[in-house]
Amino acid sequence: MSITAESLRNKLTAEMGAVHVEVEDTTTDHCSTSFKVLIVCPQFEGKPLLQRHRMVNTCLAEELKEIHAFEQKTLTPEQWEKQKAE
Amino acid sequence: MNHLFRLSAGLLRSGTAGLYRRRPVPEGHVSLVVARLFSSEPENSELGQLIKKDKVVVFIKGTPAQPMCGFSNAVVQILRMHGVDDYASYNVLEDQDLRQGVKNFSNWPTIPQVYFNGEFVGGCDILLQMHQNGDLVEELKKLGIHSALLDANKDEQKK
Repeated sequence: MSITAESLRNKLTAEMGAVHVEVEDTTTDHCSTSFKVLIVCPQFEGKPLLQRHRMVNTCLAEELKEIHAFEQKTLTPEQWEKQKAE
Repeated sequence: MNHLFRLSAGLLRSGTAGLYRRRPVPEGHVSLVVARLFSSEPENSELGQLIKKDKVVVFIKGTPAQPMCGFSNAVVQILRMHGVDDYASYNVLEDQDLRQGVKNFSNWPTIPQVYFNGEFVGGCDILLQMHQNGDLVEELKKLGIHSALLDANKDEQKK
């Protein structure tokens, strides 16, 4: 299974019902596979940061075994709109 | 009880894997602290003990003086900004067992990892967001640590 920004984006959208996903392949900056993701998902509502990140980790459990470095930003749709307005 | 002491001493001498802070044990004398093995019960394991020993515990690549990774460096810098300089830092690059062990322990796939009062806080992303939204100052206060940024803010307001 080759992990690409596309495959991550698809999985997050499909399995977590994310409304907006941005995946940046940051591998060129690092020595091995790394990704930076922004996930906007209504399921994050009311959940503390750690819980949100763990949800993502669970969703991408298989991929994370291969990925060396992983950055994530988890927002609710409301937070996302607020951030865009800034 | 004596047979337990002798058993622990024997295991120590045989060099059980996972002991990354070895203390020489004089013959026939065992300190109970020495019963450190990666046991099956996380709370009682060496890691379980380690994260409770200090208020702030971080597992990073490298050391605070010389971080070996951008994310680990970010954690070190953030703590420094808040004036937190009394914390325990463990270099996972020195010990592959630790590197994998801490990931299993916290059920978290990456390094760095930050613990406050024995509780897993998160990695670099989470610490950064907590720093940016003011949560970190609050969490440090709960630990009894007065963030340096509070003083910086006070100075700003006096002007």
